[in-house]
Amino acid sequence: MENMIEVKDLRKEFKSHSSRSGLKGAFRDLFTRQYKVVPAVNDISFTVKQGEMVGYIGENGAGKSTSIKMLTGILTPTSGIVRVNGMDPHKEREQFVRSIGVVFGQRSQLWWDIAVQESFRLLKKVYNVPDAEYKRHMNHVIESLDIAPLLDKPVRKLSLGQRMRCELAAALLHNPPLLFLDEPTIGLDVLVKLKIREFLKEMNEKYNTTVLLTTHDLSDIEALCERVVMLDEGKIIYDGQLDSLRSNWGEGKQIEFQFADTEVDKRALQPLLAEFDGVWTQGDRENVWIANVLNEEQVISEVIGRVVAAHKITDLKVHEISIEDIIRNIYEEGVTNG
Amino acid sequence: MGKYIEMIRIRFLMMLAYRTNYYSGILIYSINIGAYYFLWNAIYGEKSSIEGMSALQMTSYVAIAWMARAFYFNNIDREIAQEIKEGKVAVELIRPYNYLLMKTMQGLGEGIFRLSFFSVPGMVIVALIFPIAFSAHPATWLMFAVSLVFSFLINMQINLLTGILTFFFYNNTGLIRAKRVVIDLFSGLLLPISFFPGWAQQIMNYLPFQGISYVPSMIFTEGFTKPEIVHAVLLQVVWVLILLLPIQIIWLIARKQLVVQGG
Repeated sequence: MENMIEVKDLRKEFKSHSSRSGLKGAFRDLFTRQYKVVPAVNDISFTVKQGEMVGYIGENGAGKSTSIKMLTGILTPTSGIVRVNGMDPHKEREQFVRSIGVVFGQRSQLWWDIAVQESFRLLKKVYNVPDAEYKRHMNHVIESLDIAPLLDKPVRKLSLGQRMRCELAAALLHNPPLLFLDEPTIGLDVLVKLKIREFLKEMNEKYNTTVLLTTHDLSDIEALCERVVMLDEGKIIYDGQLDSLRSNWGEGKQIEFQFADTEVDKRALQPLLAEFDGVWTQGDRENVWIANVLNEEQVISEVIGRVVAAHKITDLKVHEISIEDIIRNIYEEGVTNG
Repeated sequence: MGKYIEMIRIRFLMMLAYRTNYYSGILIYSINIGAYYFLWNAIYGEKSSIEGMSALQMTSYVAIAWMARAFYFNNIDREIAQEIKEGKVAVELIRPYNYLLMKTMQGLGEGIFRLSFFSVPGMVIVALIFPIAFSAHPATWLMFAVSLVFSFLINMQINLLTGILTFFFYNNTGLIRAKRVVIDLFSGLLLPISFFPGWAQQIMNYLPFQGISYVPSMIFTEGFTKPEIVHAVLLQVVWVLILLLPIQIIWLIARKQLVVQGG
């Protein structure tokens, strides 16, 4: 398979000035400013194959948006090589952007004051989509996203969920082989999220669309992506299958107990896990304690048996360690134990 | 090219979406024309002509200058500044079109809308209330139309220039306001250029502003002789060409060191 995205030693530095303190400092700032060069993206390299759906994750300020902006040709890299769909995004911008679709969850790309279908009509002209092609493709998109009743409404009158579905349709209007989604499900309810996920999967299967998805909602990633690229402070700290993340870091189970007795504490509970190498952590509510143990039948039943025998409980839940926990662990501890 | 024409249509629709703006615009322009009409009448008093312009020519000048302004004036500079400030320019850059040309087309859409729904009916009403001299020569009308197109272009280019300077200043509301005052004054909208003192006229000969309002208005009121018309329109063309240069240069620099604000 062909590489859709090739990034090598990509780097973006921003100059930021630091203000001196005090009134005297403010006056000195008028004449000379102290600049600090901050690398937002620090020599990253990765490739994405055609038809892949890749989750691009990281904390706020990790450099996700900056690198997406370089991949879409909005920003010029400070150094490094970017080839997307065989083109240099920044140098061949007008040609290049015809081959991509972009959704920014936080900004609208539809025209605010006019009906959605007018925006579509303009985009159809902008991307030179022939009538027959438009009809065939867009009728399907409109149907799958269920936006037909919204088309004659101005964008400002749509709810966030309605607008997001229209944005997605707009980004796919020219049926691009590559789709960038920057937090597409931010602030959406579960039903809309599910609909969008389903739709993206379908597009990926039908047209082999490559998708690069950034989000803070890891359930999106779990539902869509097999591979994740994880960024921290401008560097890639993990690039691999989502499954192996879980098998490397998420081997345990969490057993959550809610105790009837308010005086249960860590000291009283610790002996119950004695030989199992488990750890108690406090839950988010009162009297809730979580036992983190290995994912083995014997251990789980033994721990539950002991705890229930020793204390009265009102509730009991068994969780798999979530991807969210795994990722939090990685950020806190680094990837060293992998 | 289809996409640029489509943009004119979209802008038309957007103008229709804001009817209040449209009505308040009519009110503001009528007040302005009325105020300047009475002001100039008071200045003229018993005199039949000042600086070679009769009182009738003057009122026509004021009326046509304001009506032409409805066509060339737009807030594209403020729009560009806002799009840069809010980071929306990122969305524009992922579109396969020339951003500045698209903005020009939006301005043109706005101009055509105002010309047809605002200036023309407005001019008819003004002509009923105040005495205004319309030329009978088709050639005058033609030259007026040609120079009006160039006055739109010059004003648009200055707007683009002011707008994209936001890339460097981050917040240039002050610059935009100053530009507006400078254009209204130096373009001959408030006062015909021939009324300025000689040294000021000398300076203004080297500036693009009189191409915006003074030239089309003087052509319309037949204040220019034929060679003067040709000279003035050629000067407009020259300015359109000259202004292309800084716009392209600044745009390229801006794109290179673009910082998209707000994540």
